[in-house]
Amino acid sequence: MSESISRRKFLCIAAGCAAAASVAGCSDITHTSFFRHNFRDMTPDELKKIIADLEREHSATFGKQVLVGVDPPMDGVSFAYALDISRCIGCRRCVYGCVGENNQSRDPQIQWIRVLEMNKEKGIDFQEANPYYDAEEVPRPGHFYLPMACQQCENPACVKSCPVGATWREKDGIVVVDYDWCLGCRCCLSACPYGARRFNWGKPTLPAEEMNPDTHYLGNRPRPKGVVEKCTFCIQRTRRGKYPKCVEVCPTGSRKFGNILDPESEIRYILEHKRVVVLKNELNTHPRFYYFF
Amino acid sequence: MAYGPGITWGDVGKRLPVRAAAALAGAILCLGLSAGGATAQEAPPRHTVPVDSMVFETPPPPFRDPDIFPCSQCHNADMPPNLQRRQLVDMHDDIVLKHDEEHRWCLDCHDAQNRDRLHLANGTLIPFEQSYKLCGQCHGDKYRDWRAGVHGRRTGEWNGKKQYLLCVHCHYSHEPKFKGLKPLAPPIPPGRKP
Repeated sequence: MSESISRRKFLCIAAGCAAAASVAGCSDITHTSFFRHNFRDMTPDELKKIIADLEREHSATFGKQVLVGVDPPMDGVSFAYALDISRCIGCRRCVYGCVGENNQSRDPQIQWIRVLEMNKEKGIDFQEANPYYDAEEVPRPGHFYLPMACQQCENPACVKSCPVGATWREKDGIVVVDYDWCLGCRCCLSACPYGARRFNWGKPTLPAEEMNPDTHYLGNRPRPKGVVEKCTFCIQRTRRGKYPKCVEVCPTGSRKFGNILDPESEIRYILEHKRVVVLKNELNTHPRFYYFF
Repeated sequence: MAYGPGITWGDVGKRLPVRAAAALAGAILCLGLSAGGATAQEAPPRHTVPVDSMVFETPPPPFRDPDIFPCSQCHNADMPPNLQRRQLVDMHDDIVLKHDEEHRWCLDCHDAQNRDRLHLANGTLIPFEQSYKLCGQCHGDKYRDWRAGVHGRRTGEWNGKKQYLLCVHCHYSHEPKFKGLKPLAPPIPPGRKP
């Protein structure tokens, strides 16, 4: 591991020198993103400097005070999510709540949550699922709805597939991406059995007035072109005790979130009292996203 | 957090009809079984607060006409209650009951003597702010999930203070079926411009 890091470091420096030579006088953020370490290897001083650079750069871009948090995992906390598929009506309020909260690109369109419309006669069958449904009113007769986002697996295939260690599972169960370490190789996109990861094929566009300035380094800070992103359980909210945005905007209350280690939590009540399924159980990914009914 | 996980002997008593409960108690006594009580003591229920005394903080009840409450503005001493089950024509004729309407009518939930209160089946008066107790009489499974934070929308903190909603914030009491919504725009299929 140390060998690959040092090799990468060398390549980074070489590429950085070349880039620095060609774009002399570029912004601070370009320098820091070339010469910095992986988020997990940063010294506190380095992190502080990078956060200051990021905040300055984003504040200038969006014309408002942007904060980049680095809240660590809480002790004794492991997150889990549950979704009531008998109650979800497929209204997509969660999709757009998430887009706004997490600064997802409007064009090219990036949406972390995808709501699948399924036929009640077929059950959970991804070949029959339709994400592009539109109607005057949902739920449509004979259908049920299954929103999909990152399943925050305990045994994540995406993490194992990353050749550079730009994505990993945090202690509280959130699988995160270091956007400045990501190469954009998209191995994780093909490895994920749930289609939960999104790639920035173009430069993300984000209207300044709609930009959420309360960000997290590993979460909803603005992303560059050419990197992978995905649901982080709203890391900027949940590590401060708040519910994820999708939980708060769901008009039917189908979405539940909490600490799986707390026996009094809503999640534990669901696991102990409801019929719970995980998607693609046979793949041994151990999702932390439970569907119940 | 407070919710009722398993069924305890106390709960069995509450859920069974009185006669059945008496018969059960009699059977236990006749057989001289003291083990039932002992089991309950060994495994105390997770919560010790009786359900009846639980009070949840909720936003104020969503009256359709904000000036309609208190009801005693009109339903006062000058208007003696008419206990005859009937179709309302003079007032409240906009309310169409679609909630087990064959068997129930206004005064099954609204109290005839004190119109500013609702009443439970046992006659206990409750304020509109605690209408979940009334709903919970029939919809006990939903009430149990709601108390646990599993039925209905919660906002606030996953590890702290949560905001509850009353049943009637989502389910209009006289026609409780949840109304459908217009879905927001579908995603753009790959290769297509918005």
